[in-house]
Amino acid sequence: MEFETVMGLEVHVELSTKTKIFCSCTTEFGGDPNTHVCEVCTGMPGTLPVLNEQVVEYAIRTGLATNCEITQYNKFDRKNYFYPDLPKAYQVSQLYLPICRNGHIDIEVNGVKKSIGIHEIHMEEDAGKLIHDPWDDCTLVDYNRCGVPLLEIVSEPDFRSGEEVIAYLTKLKQILQYIDVSDCKMEQGSMRADVNLSVRPFGQDEYGTRTEMKNINSFKAIARAIEGERARQIELITEGKKVVQETRRWDDNKGSSFAMRSKENAQDYRYFPEPDLVPIEISDEWIERVRKSLPELPTEKKERYMKEYKLPEYDVDIITGTKALVKIFEEANAVCNNPKEVSNWIMVEVLRLASETNTDPDDISFDPKNLGVLINLVKNGVVNRNTAKEEVLAKMFSDNVEPEQYIKDNNLQMVSDDSLVRDIVTSVIAANPNSIEQYKEGNEKVVKFLMGQSMKQLKGKANPAVVTKVLEEELAKL
Amino acid sequence: MKITDEMIDYISQLARLELSGEEREKGKEEIGKIIDYMDTLNTLDTTDIEAMSHAFPVKNVFREDVVKPSVDRDIITLNAPQKKEGCFKVPKTVD
Ligand SMILES: [Zn+2]
Repeated sequence: MEFETVMGLEVHVELSTKTKIFCSCTTEFGGDPNTHVCEVCTGMPGTLPVLNEQVVEYAIRTGLATNCEITQYNKFDRKNYFYPDLPKAYQVSQLYLPICRNGHIDIEVNGVKKSIGIHEIHMEEDAGKLIHDPWDDCTLVDYNRCGVPLLEIVSEPDFRSGEEVIAYLTKLKQILQYIDVSDCKMEQGSMRADVNLSVRPFGQDEYGTRTEMKNINSFKAIARAIEGERARQIELITEGKKVVQETRRWDDNKGSSFAMRSKENAQDYRYFPEPDLVPIEISDEWIERVRKSLPELPTEKKERYMKEYKLPEYDVDIITGTKALVKIFEEANAVCNNPKEVSNWIMVEVLRLASETNTDPDDISFDPKNLGVLINLVKNGVVNRNTAKEEVLAKMFSDNVEPEQYIKDNNLQMVSDDSLVRDIVTSVIAANPNSIEQYKEGNEKVVKFLMGQSMKQLKGKANPAVVTKVLEEELAKL
Repeated sequence: MKITDEMIDYISQLARLELSGEEREKGKEEIGKIIDYMDTLNTLDTTDIEAMSHAFPVKNVFREDVVKPSVDRDIITLNAPQKKEGCFKVPKTVD
């Protein structure tokens, strides 16, 4: 029997606000345990939460960028459960009136376009971190992340393959980075995906029993988890057994998933309206103001780059796929106004350096304007192209040096002083009488040799066009 | 409404409460009365009354996104029954 996989995603992203959702503690990553906490985010009795307006603003932004309707009257609810990562024994979330609904994100897999529905987006608070202490066989709790604002983006069960899931997550990450609401670093946990997965024989209308896989923290792991869980469910059904609805944890090292013990009991969160927070009313003006402030989104940017700059689709996909590369492209191009060159330098040199040094494009630290400056320096014959690539850009990449200053300090300027070039060229001619003989006999190949010798003596710093010109002039005098 | 033994066990399990035999009986009776009161409320005609989500006619109470100093962790952990290395120490929690 052939089986179809049906999946839906719940993606949690941490918003890049400066402060937590209900208190003024910093959201900065890291810090010693429990140094970014206060009475509110540790759930001390008698404290009251006050909503961070920026969280609402970011949620509206995200909703508009993913084609959602904004729920103009929305509010918070309590989701009750006992777990030490939540000091209040409830999480403030939105069940009945989430802030965004009915959106979609368009993806493309192997040339086929598809629209993935977004059921809803709601605002909620993140939980603290539990650290197992093997020494005392107990659990230690750090509440630094507790109360960091999250958006939970719930898709419709529209996915039929792992590729579609990865394409959606890639697109979602691009959008969220473009609109500056989250840095979406999966390895730091600021973007996490839960996958709901079921299988059914092709042609069957009703869904099979689904399982939920929690907290998968890389695109590669998600692809493997989907493949593993699909195979497990098909095997159960083929053997005549039943799939149990449960939450499972994917162990990427073992390549298998296991049922989670503590939370597998039928969940009864006893949601009720949060009495400590008042409702949120979003005016038409507020929505319009946010809509006007939205930047160009990935799809629009891609189309514009191809049309306006006539760049190949492959290059545009890579550059517009990462906000950091877009920033480099646009700021460098603003300096040198040479989109083809900038694109080539990014595609070939910058990405090569990034891969050689294992640097995530988001962490590239040179000033993008300097790439434009360097391209101009090459164009104007100040520095040789190879020197620019291999020495100057490499140094910009590692130490963010200023190209002009660096070239000056290290004496890397091309020798454009004709008289110096002429001195070298005449000395090379004098030192190679055999070659000159051959040249006189009509062997044009030796010109290349003499050219190479001259460039070598000039230590690669001469403008090849100038050297060629001078060499031709000198040979003509013979 | 009669609250059964299964119901009171389920509710006390959700609330992490261990009830003595006497407390269970008392709980069954009292929760039953609360549910009965809901039935009384349900007899009211609320057709034209808008659902209320908050007791006060207040909305959009916001705070600016500006960082303020957190509380010193020696103070925040002052009431913790057990602590270790700046963390709250709790019984082993398996996931
Ligand atoms: Zn706090």
